[in-house]
Amino acid sequence: MSRFSALLARETALAWGRGGGPTVSVGFYAGVATLLPLAIGPEAQRLAAIALGAAWVALALASLLSLDRLFERDYEDGALDLLALSPLPLELTAAAKCLGQWIATGAPLALAAPIAAIGLGAPVSLAPLVFITALAGGLAFAFVGGIGAALSLGARRGGLLTAVIVLPLLVPPVIFGGGALDASASGLPWTPGFLLLCAYAVAALALGPIAMAAACRNALS
Amino acid sequence: MTWAPAFLSNPERFMAFSRWAAPMFGVIAALLGLAGLWFGFTAPDDYQQGATVRIMFIHVPASWLAMFAYACLAGASFLALVFRHALADAAAQAAAPLGAGFTFLALVTGSLWGRPMWGTWWVWDARLTSVLVLFLFYLAYMALRASLDDEVKGARAGAILALVGAVNLPIVVWSVEWWNSLHQGSSLFAKGGPAMPPVYLTPLFLMGLAYTAAFGSLWLVRIRGEVWRRRAEAAMARAARS
Repeated sequence: MSRFSALLARETALAWGRGGGPTVSVGFYAGVATLLPLAIGPEAQRLAAIALGAAWVALALASLLSLDRLFERDYEDGALDLLALSPLPLELTAAAKCLGQWIATGAPLALAAPIAAIGLGAPVSLAPLVFITALAGGLAFAFVGGIGAALSLGARRGGLLTAVIVLPLLVPPVIFGGGALDASASGLPWTPGFLLLCAYAVAALALGPIAMAAACRNALS
Repeated sequence: MTWAPAFLSNPERFMAFSRWAAPMFGVIAALLGLAGLWFGFTAPDDYQQGATVRIMFIHVPASWLAMFAYACLAGASFLALVFRHALADAAAQAAAPLGAGFTFLALVTGSLWGRPMWGTWWVWDARLTSVLVLFLFYLAYMALRASLDDEVKGARAGAILALVGAVNLPIVVWSVEWWNSLHQGSSLFAKGGPAMPPVYLTPLFLMGLAYTAAFGSLWLVRIRGEVWRRRAEAAMARAARS
């Protein structure tokens, strides 16, 4: 377990420190949230109707940004070879990478999500729900995104390819999270959608590392 | 059904089999398709939908095949991943564009049917969205295979993605069920037998069989082409070495 925590600390530090860390993702998120009212028009009523959904979709897009560096850096400088040789199973290594990604970009984005939602016109009372939904959704985005990042190792234009692979996989968490927020905004029970989102995140947490490790072994072979 | 992959896993036997099976399936597809179209166009107009009911004979089999082709893609990917069988990989690679084509056909004909019936080209409803996501899965698979230069690595990466998609697709379908559906449920596999008169059922079944035979024929042709391409590349590599 100490190996895992050491690796998690390394991955979190790298995700936080290298290449701008959370600033880039949060900056992109803020940029998308700023562009939306400009495209849709500034009428408060129309914006408020889409505020939660827009904040949620922008979150999914922002979480794609840093994915291409998740495995690519270690793959290029040979660190992934060493990690594959370590006694820690490659599955756990992949899980540590995704968890580090979640801590370094998912959590800051979850803090930014309520601000963006309120700025677009969502009621302030929904802020805690937006936060925990974004936190749970971020976990799913990180682990599903890791699959795409690992699969596109060694590909030409890996970053774009990662997005093409990951976006269809993000359909369920986007629907569950958006459904929970929408239900809560219209006074319906939000727990079913939120629990399904958590279930999807936990399933991604359990199954994603297997696919990531298989993809990494394939890229390293 | 395990005998079929076992029998065909030998490339020589596969090439000998597909040599006559591919054109034969094509002829069957043409005959069944002609019969299906004949019965489809001579069927009386629906009391509600009028002549547009005939779009069903094009549309419904296309959406069946869209899903069937993904099952073939996932099955072949599984065999390629577990047994590292080159022919299974060729089969997976060959199935993807065909599946994408059928999915596209289902989307386009559904859209053309939706315009007169629902008054809109497209609605964000459960069935339509899940078929659209299926189309995106096919695109992602083909994009991944196209952007990895190393063929062996591309094959394995594609197989992993196809299996990830196979796990994810039921969740996608089920998650989009959350929305209220405008698209009707299946009339064919409804409780208490098909909710459709035989005049429509006959051409629908004929077209379904014709589409399946056409898929089988095209699939075999594409696998054969893939095998020949690989053989040609191997021969070129040998010639370059000597």
